[in-house]
Amino acid sequence: MRDEPLVLGIETSCDETGIGIVRGHTLLADALASSVDQHARFGGVVPEVASRAHLEALVPTMQRALDEAGVTLADIDAIAVTSGPGLAGALLVGVAAAKGYALAAEKPIYGVNHLAAHVAVDTLEHGPLPEPAIAMLVSGGHSSLLLVDDLTAGVTPLGATIDDAAGEAFDKVARLLGLGFPGGPIIDRSARAGDPGSIAFPRGLTAPKDQAAHRFDFSFSGLKTAVARWVEARERAGEPVPVADVSASFQEAVVDVLTTKAIDACLSNGVGTLVIGGGVAANSRLRVLAEERAAKHGIVVRVPRPQLCTDNGAMVAALGSHLVAAGVAPSRLDLPADSAMSLTAVSVPG
Amino acid sequence: MLVLALDTATPASTAALIEVTADGLFGVAESRTVDPRAHGEKLAPEIAAVLAEAGLRPRDLTAIVAGLGPGPFTGLRVGLATAASMGQALGIPTYGVCSLDALGRAAGPGRVLIATDARRREVYYATYADGVRESGPDVAKPADVAVNVDKSAGEGALKYDFGVPVEEHLLYPSGAALVAIAADRVRAGAPSEILTPLYLRRPDAVEPAGRKPVLT
Ligand SMILES: [Zn+2]
Repeated sequence: MRDEPLVLGIETSCDETGIGIVRGHTLLADALASSVDQHARFGGVVPEVASRAHLEALVPTMQRALDEAGVTLADIDAIAVTSGPGLAGALLVGVAAAKGYALAAEKPIYGVNHLAAHVAVDTLEHGPLPEPAIAMLVSGGHSSLLLVDDLTAGVTPLGATIDDAAGEAFDKVARLLGLGFPGGPIIDRSARAGDPGSIAFPRGLTAPKDQAAHRFDFSFSGLKTAVARWVEARERAGEPVPVADVSASFQEAVVDVLTTKAIDACLSNGVGTLVIGGGVAANSRLRVLAEERAAKHGIVVRVPRPQLCTDNGAMVAALGSHLVAAGVAPSRLDLPADSAMSLTAVSVPG
Repeated sequence: MLVLALDTATPASTAALIEVTADGLFGVAESRTVDPRAHGEKLAPEIAAVLAEAGLRPRDLTAIVAGLGPGPFTGLRVGLATAASMGQALGIPTYGVCSLDALGRAAGPGRVLIATDARRREVYYATYADGVRESGPDVAKPADVAVNVDKSAGEGALKYDFGVPVEEHLLYPSGAALVAIAADRVRAGAPSEILTPLYLRRPDAVEPAGRKPVLT
């Protein structure tokens, strides 16, 4: 059982209620309920709306996951749950439920780090991860570069966004172009008909002066403002806004910065594997450019399929399975929901 | 029939084991921690503790009764998520009870106001006559709560002055009172209920008014 543990994962850190079940590195079930439609008219995730939706969705989503995997809670070896980082109230619903399942079924519980889970999910698709690896996590909630020495122990953050997350920039730009929410897939689609070189938008924190303090950090707030200014200037001049060109040029600015810094992180750490996760990893241009630039340096890029890149329970189960197989001690029943959980611990110590 | 009672609608996290027989209720074990920010950390260990104290295991439970609030949302959901997940894992029914009713019932004869802290200088409240709810539950500023009662209970009544005596020993819902209210359902093996919180307030969220110009 140790090599191929049957692990259930619960994810409620943002607006997706996810329950996944894995056996070793094999995905058996990945049930998801999303409250994204309830947030659309607000242009972003409303924490209380997300928390309410999690509570409603948990039991039915669990049932779907168990049915899909053809197992019962009694068969499970361990339960893993996202302890943080994320929205405090949303995390708390998943953590409380996980404790209820663990208590009732008398199973060990692992409170795990959401970001580490985004990295671990790749093992379900591409097998064991060569360590060390560089992981780049980009979504509406995070934009981080991590050095992964040992996924069961600790992960070293190299850099993160100093303002907006990458996915947030997509949302904001989609909104100002009147394209809707969430912005990532919409911009990606809109950009296909545009010229990425038509407008020179800024690349945040890439100037030589930024290298000392912010070599692996990101900033997307200036880019977002630049897009807004450009669009407004057009509108004031009474000229039509070339939506596809703006989308393509904005997207190019984001993925240019992301891939440049990710490759730099690989090279400066002597690492040959780059894992990309988070919702923005589903961006088609990011995948192409990352592959292209990595290939020049012999770096292997691993990107899980889009459903595994966005938040889900499978990623939590994948990390849990890793921890069980490595003999890591489970967390205790008083494990907290920690909205600002740091990466120094991949799981809450027992 | 062994029943687990849970309530996190007030600053207290309460877990209790109550034995329900054909003609009565017997408290087996009860644990309570008062900390408005720690429901998520305290409740599960309390459940483990009452089971251990009684020398019982989760599989010995027949049903779970949970306080549906009203109460501050984040803490309230902890109790309900825990109750729902345990019920599902054990394949036993869950029953919901208005948390204020547990206090109203415990307050006994007479006309009683039950008020709990709703934060933002408001209270969740309901009124009772001889233990039976007459009005509410509702949420309002203390000054807007019209009372025609003899006494009050609940920590909201201690925090704000409603001009009537406060039963200071009745601040938080007890497991025994919660189970007493659901006892008929437990005995009848009534169908399991979806535990929907009594929110009484809508989520704070404003729709964006349109784009703010960045050029000035
Ligand atoms: Zn995420």
